[in-house]
Amino acid sequence: MSSHGSGIGASPKRVGGYDRVTGQHAYVADVRLADALHAKLVTVPVARARIIAIDTSAALAVPGVRCVLTAADLPQPVPRFGPQHEDRPVIAVGETKYHGDPVAAVAAETKDAAEEAAGLVRIEYEELPAVFTVAAALAPDAPLVQDPVLRPGDPLASTNVFNQHLVGWGDVEAAEADLVVEHDYSFPMVTHFAIEPHGFIAAPDGDGIAVWSSIQHPNWLQKVLARILGLPLSKVRVRAPDPGGGFGGKQHAKYEPLVAFLALRTGRPVRLVLTLDETFQAVRRAAAAIHVRTGLRSDGRIAFQDIRADYLVGAYVDIADRVVNKGSYPGAGPYGIPAVRIVARTVLSHTVPSTAFRGFGNPQVNWAVESNLDDAARQLGLDPLELRLRNLAHRGDAFIPFDTHADGDWEQTVRRAAELIGWDSPVPPGHGRGIALGIKSGPTTGLSYSTVRLLADGSVIVYAGTSDMGQGARTVLAQIAAQELGAPLDWVTVVMGDTAVVPYDQQTSASRSTVLMGNSVLRACRDVQRQLAEMAARVHGVALEQVSVADGFVRLPDRELPIVEVLKAGLGRLGGEVIGNGVMRKEMEPEHPLGGSAAFFEFNCTAVEVTVDEGTGEITIVRHVTVSDVGRAINPLQVRMQDEGAAIMGLGHTLMEHYIFDEAGRIRNLGAIDYRVPTSLDLPVRLESAIVENADGPGPYGSKGMSEGALLCVAPAVAAAVRDATGAVIRDLPLSPERVWHALQERPARVPLEVP
Amino acid sequence: MTTMPSSLPIELTVNGRRRSIEVEVNHTLLDVLRDDLGLAGTKECCDVGECGACTVEVDGRAVNSCLMLAVEADGAAVTTVEGLATDGRLSLLQDEFLAKGAVQCGFCIPGQLMAAHALLAGNAHPSVADVHEALAGNLCRCAGYEQITEAVLAAAAAEAER
Repeated sequence: MSSHGSGIGASPKRVGGYDRVTGQHAYVADVRLADALHAKLVTVPVARARIIAIDTSAALAVPGVRCVLTAADLPQPVPRFGPQHEDRPVIAVGETKYHGDPVAAVAAETKDAAEEAAGLVRIEYEELPAVFTVAAALAPDAPLVQDPVLRPGDPLASTNVFNQHLVGWGDVEAAEADLVVEHDYSFPMVTHFAIEPHGFIAAPDGDGIAVWSSIQHPNWLQKVLARILGLPLSKVRVRAPDPGGGFGGKQHAKYEPLVAFLALRTGRPVRLVLTLDETFQAVRRAAAAIHVRTGLRSDGRIAFQDIRADYLVGAYVDIADRVVNKGSYPGAGPYGIPAVRIVARTVLSHTVPSTAFRGFGNPQVNWAVESNLDDAARQLGLDPLELRLRNLAHRGDAFIPFDTHADGDWEQTVRRAAELIGWDSPVPPGHGRGIALGIKSGPTTGLSYSTVRLLADGSVIVYAGTSDMGQGARTVLAQIAAQELGAPLDWVTVVMGDTAVVPYDQQTSASRSTVLMGNSVLRACRDVQRQLAEMAARVHGVALEQVSVADGFVRLPDRELPIVEVLKAGLGRLGGEVIGNGVMRKEMEPEHPLGGSAAFFEFNCTAVEVTVDEGTGEITIVRHVTVSDVGRAINPLQVRMQDEGAAIMGLGHTLMEHYIFDEAGRIRNLGAIDYRVPTSLDLPVRLESAIVENADGPGPYGSKGMSEGALLCVAPAVAAAVRDATGAVIRDLPLSPERVWHALQERPARVPLEVP
Repeated sequence: MTTMPSSLPIELTVNGRRRSIEVEVNHTLLDVLRDDLGLAGTKECCDVGECGACTVEVDGRAVNSCLMLAVEADGAAVTTVEGLATDGRLSLLQDEFLAKGAVQCGFCIPGQLMAAHALLAGNAHPSVADVHEALAGNLCRCAGYEQITEAVLAAAAAEAER
């Protein structure tokens, strides 16, 4: 399938694609400023250490070195920042908290000089006791990750539990069940591994500062920098070139404040481009230990879900506590369950700060809960698909009593997946099948401004603060403007990523942009249309009520004119343009457990068929089916790309990815050699994606957010298929050959699944 | 005792253009392309030859330019992603990458294109397995592997029809 026009529901070639296949697209590391210095971070080779002394003399003696910055060179107390809790210092103060926590930064004329000097900064340190696992962090005598001084008034301040979230309804204790299934599950620590390493550039800019970053939320970064530097927002210009992959890892400020201080101190532009190894030490997904107790009636109805999830976050909170809260919240799944109790804890540790990562805390609990349901189905002698269908919420059901009601015909999605995998057909000998459902709350609040300029020739410029990090937001927003204003798609330019030019947008996350920014752009286009209607009424001497504008045309009582004709006549000889503004708000709901109900739910069903090599434990995904309810696909090809990409990314944490630590808290598999992600040789033999479209979403033309759904439930579907094929039960990820092989040796006598 | 020079002159052809430059002896071909020649289309990620973002063609072979010292490229003909289009017109391969939706964030794409270009130069009719094998060293974290493979096969088919 290639381009079939550019309208809504067509799949034109990606806006910005030409620059990406010719090498012309400038990612942050490709931005070259004259006279820029190169920065390099200095770390210590353990997780937690008390910094006794830093000797910078040898480093400063390296030719070309202009600055070696430590905490002592910064305003005191050293500024701290963080989207939820301002706990992360610009640079480590007195103590490192994790392997990779920088204690100094060098700026030099060349990259070589910066690297050489970084190696010559002598740090005297004392290694301190540290915690790297949930169990160690929760032990009664565990060393504290955060100084209680940073948590005033917090009753948990003398523990490593940063926060505890309780959500539920009904009475779990009183719920009656014929069968109770209770197990422990674990989810590993994995990293985003965007192929573009994070990069940061800062330069003095008049009486302010300009900062380039591969950041997903430029406006949020602008606020952080303005506060830390004591500048008005108008003097902090954040430039955010389209990131080379974000996946959540580029949402929040990391080293931008540090690079800004280096630039202000040297009076020169300073660039810091992380190595891949350093990105492993900058961002990761929270690991989790999850206990699930599921009660069921003999007919397969779920009587209760009792879930305890301990998420292992890092040394600074970043957005991790929100991940824990929002990710665990829909943990009982898309089912109508009378009694649910979910207790989720945010457990600090001396490890890389965990942050948002595609799925935002949902894949962890989903892995445990969906696996537990598969177990329950087997014990009840019920088809796992049937068990899910018996419990699945129907449109309009208040399946989470205090939230948005079920907003899709989810059974269609499930049945489509079952049909595509051939669920009812006999499983080939030696193969096994598994199925799982995933659900995720969309954005709970939002604020997206946009501006649309209809230029004198009918071409269009859209200003939108969304980041196009690969999801294709530029294309979708351009399609909306083209549709509404009647311009060819290649006459639409979308300007993003510059806080001095583009209006405010809260963030690019939670698969929100098509819905929230999409609606904002739609409203800006409608604002332009309203002005065009006034123009047409004036030019043609008719009443405003007799004029309507839609889909690129102005409709008058006696005829229909292309927008551009009305525009030219209306602007007259002096020319000019029509400017429209749009705002899309989703307000906070203070009483809601998440501060707001879901704008939409992402819903996915994944079904897989596997074979397992009994000799090696290696899993082959023979078929992988992923079906998502997307409301309406504005660009079906991009939807397919996102869904299939998410599915394969999900195979990463399912089959191979995990950090390995040593006793000092060092990550032993930093970088691409020892940390494996899926390659073209790790693909399912057959991967099929499909979508359900009922135009029932809150976004433009009935769209919903998508792009995380297909990752949510990959792991439980694969593990169920492995169990179906071999009888081996595994409750820890990843399902590496070694782990599968051990499970094969330990498996109980094979009990075939009987489907009545 | 002789002192090792810190830089050496080399001559190479890059995208058909002859270049004579002085390079640091410890700098890789990737460093020189990006930093000295201003050809930023070739991307840097892992620096250990595992991710493929820096793939270029050296004398017709796909090479991880992060693993090749610039002085080793003395006398070589190097093609980078900037050398694929002709007079602003995309090659069949580039065109198919866009048409099939192989490009998401795009950061790995220059490397994918160069690996695919080298594959097609030696194998005009690759199978799916051939493509997967040839591009196995080019990571795509957006995981557009299905679409990348479709694009390479489509480009091969289109070339055969020409």
